[in-house]
Amino acid sequence: MPLAKSVLEGNRLSLSRLLTQVENDSPEGRAALVALFPHTGKAHLIGVTGAPGTGKSSLVNQLALFYRKQHASRKKVAIIAVDPSSPFTGGAVLGDRVRMRDLSGDEGVFIRSMASRGSVGGLAQTTASFTQVFDAAGYDIIIIETVGAGQSEVDIARLAHTTVVVEAPGLGDDIQAIKAGILEIADVLVINKSDRPGVENTERALRTALGLAHPTKRGFRHHGRPMFIDAPETDSKIWIPPINKTIATDGTGIAEVAESIAKHAAHIRQNGEWSLRDRARLGSELESVLQAELMSQFFKKVQKEKYDEVLEKVIRRDLSPHEAIKILLNGNSDQEL
Amino acid sequence: MTDKKIRVLVAKPGLDGHDRGAKVVARALRDAGMEVIYTGLRQTPEMIAEAALHEDVDVVGLSILSGAHMALAPRILELLKSNGQENVKVFIGGIIPDEDMPRLKEMGITGIYGPGASTEDIIKDVREAVKT
Repeated sequence: MPLAKSVLEGNRLSLSRLLTQVENDSPEGRAALVALFPHTGKAHLIGVTGAPGTGKSSLVNQLALFYRKQHASRKKVAIIAVDPSSPFTGGAVLGDRVRMRDLSGDEGVFIRSMASRGSVGGLAQTTASFTQVFDAAGYDIIIIETVGAGQSEVDIARLAHTTVVVEAPGLGDDIQAIKAGILEIADVLVINKSDRPGVENTERALRTALGLAHPTKRGFRHHGRPMFIDAPETDSKIWIPPINKTIATDGTGIAEVAESIAKHAAHIRQNGEWSLRDRARLGSELESVLQAELMSQFFKKVQKEKYDEVLEKVIRRDLSPHEAIKILLNGNSDQEL
Repeated sequence: MTDKKIRVLVAKPGLDGHDRGAKVVARALRDAGMEVIYTGLRQTPEMIAEAALHEDVDVVGLSILSGAHMALAPRILELLKSNGQENVKVFIGGIIPDEDMPRLKEMGITGIYGPGASTEDIIKDVREAVKT
C-alpha cells in the first residue's frame, strides 16, 4: 500500500491526500486505514468543544503553540478543525485557520479543516478515521475542534481521551449550567474571554453545577450564621473537572489549561479509564462500520425498485415503517399486503 | 458514501486589508456546494502554500488588490510546485491591469477576475478547471 507507506515515512503531501481519500470513503482510503491501524494507539486525543464564538479556534491555536514552544519534548501536533456543512447545498466555509496563523511555518504542526457533511453530533463521520491517520503518522497530540456546539453535540466525548469544554461570559444563566449535555462531558472547563464582564457569574454557575456533581466541603452564611457542610465520603479516584480562566487572544492562562489536560491524561492512565475510553471508541467504530456494511449488503440484495415501492406504500400510510422493514428484510413478494 | 467535493482555498496575500471580495467569492462557492477553506488577511505565499498542502485543495483563489500580483503569483505557483501540488488550479481576483493578464496566464494562472465579474462565471470556471 504505497500511500500508507509514504505516510508512515512522514510525507506530508501523501498524508494530506490520504486524508482526502479517507474523507471520501474511497477504496484506497479504506485500504490505507487497514494498513495504518496497527500503528495507532499512541497519540493523546484532546477534544475542544463549546458554543460558537467562545474562542475554540483561538484556544486551540494557543494550546498548539504551547505544546510546540514550551513543551520540553517538542511534540508533534495535529489539529482537526470541524465546521458545519450547509444542509441545503452541502457546501461549507471552513474558517478555523484564520485564528491559527501563528502556527504556520512549523513543520511539526498539521492543520486540517473538515466539513461536517451532514453529521449532527459536532464531528464529521470520518473524524475518528482522521485521528487514526494522524496517530499512525506519528503525531503525539491530536486536537479535535468540534463544530460550534449547542447542548447535545457530545460525540467528541466518545472520541477524545480528554474533552475541554470552552465557555465564555454572558452566554447563559445557571439553568444552562445544570442542563444535561455538554457540561457533563467536560474533563477540563475553560472560561475564555475572562477579561470580559460577567466572568464571576459564569464561574459561579459552573462551580455550583460542578459542586452538585462533585460535592466538596463548603462554608457559607445561612440567615447570617456561618455554616459548614462536610463533603460526603467520596472516592478520591474521582476526577473533578478543573476550571481554568483564559484570554486566548493573548495566551493568558494557556499553561494552566495544558497542565490540567496533562493531569487529566495522567489520571485516566493511572485509573484505567484511558483503556476504557479506547475500548468504547473502537467499540462504537466497529458498530458504525458494521451498520454501513449491513446497509450496503442489504442494498445489494434488495432492488431499488422494490425499496421504492415499499417506501411509496409507507408514504400512502398503507404500511408502517416497522411493517415495511419486515417485508424488505424477508424479501418475499408473497407477503405483500 | 459522499461524492468527491471540490475543495477551494480562498486566500488573501499581501498587505491590503480589503477582504470583502474574497468573502463574497467564498460564500458564492459555498452556495455552489464546494468546501471553501478561508484563511483571512495578510497571508504570505509560504502560508498559502502550506495551507494548500494541509488541506489538499483542488483550487486556490487569490484575492489581490495591492498591485503586487506580479511578485506574489509566481512565488505561490513556485511553492505549490515544489510541494508537489502543480496540479492545483490557481485563480486570481482583484485589480489586475489588462497588460499583466497574458503574462499571468502564461505563468499558469487559470482565471483572472476583475471588478464586476459574476460569481456564476467563477463557479462555472472552477468546476470546469477541476474536471480536467
